Amino acid sequence: MFKAEVFVTLKKSILDPQGQAITDALHALNYQQVKDVRMGKYLQLKLEAASGEEARTAVTQMCEKLLANTVIEDYQIKISEV
Amino acid sequence: MKFGVVVYPGSNCDADCYHVVKNVLEQPVEYIWHEETSAGGFDCLILPGGFSYGDYLRAGAIARFSPVSQRVADFAAKGGLVLGICNGFQILLEAGLLPGAMKRNQRLKFTCHQSFLRVENTDNPFAGRLVRGQVIQVPVAHGEGNYYCDEQTYQELEKNNQIVFRYCDRDGTLTPEANPNGSLESIAGIVNKQGNVLGMMPHPERCAEEILGGTDGLSIFASIITWWERGGQLG
Repeated sequence: MFKAEVFVTLKKSILDPQGQAITDALHALNYQQVKDVRMGKYLQLKLEAASGEEARTAVTQMCEKLLANTVIEDYQIKISEV
Repeated sequence: MKFGVVVYPGSNCDADCYHVVKNVLEQPVEYIWHEETSAGGFDCLILPGGFSYGDYLRAGAIARFSPVSQRVADFAAKGGLVLGICNGFQILLEAGLLPGAMKRNQRLKFTCHQSFLRVENTDNPFAGRLVRGQVIQVPVAHGEGNYYCDEQTYQELEKNNQIVFRYCDRDGTLTPEANPNGSLESIAGIVNKQGNVLGMMPHPERCAEEILGGTDGLSIFASIITWWERGGQLG
């Protein structure tokens, strides 16, 4: 059994209004040191696979098809055995 | 001309679309439940607004994999007319039937009000009864209508005359204030390259009768019928 952690974020070239709003809110809380915030999604999958590589291949396909909109989003995958 | 209104779990503008076609325009229309894989005999499919699958993951992301969505894609590939309104537009983008993607509204608010649209291109089945440069009033109601595409795609949209509606002020001027969601170049509605699939964020079905305060939306549905009746050929 494998655990896949998927981090989906807006591509760097895409404006992130939520991130901007969070930055402003942090500034209002006096955390002026924060220069930028970008918000993304974190998904945790539990899946069966013969190997970590197989799990990664499958999850990559899932990201390309559904979990991320590759027009505007990037994704990163971390695989671990459970 | 036979219309089909696709209903996904969470669609909520299906009845309004059905009403306009059936009662206002008096055309044959049927609902198509999202599990239907045999949606034949239609001339125009409408993907209505709403919150299909709760907008979970991304608006339209899950609906594009519903059984009926492959039928919509096949239908579109054969030149069938598809009108995607609001969530319908989002589904068409996720399905790749239209280029680009939707982001969250720039001001992060769900925007719900009357909007002015400038008609950019009438060389398609959906705007034939309108005039280029005309300003129409159609309401919007969405949280993710911030249309985005990369520079190359935008150049293609321009080159192929695929931009059909842009948000504008009442005089037809494009301004940031007139754009309810921050969409790229004030884009409110586009067609695919062949011209048979249109997606628009505003709701024409909500302004198709005088009692609702305007009938500019009716022109879009009527354009489809007129185009079809004239044995419409795609350019």
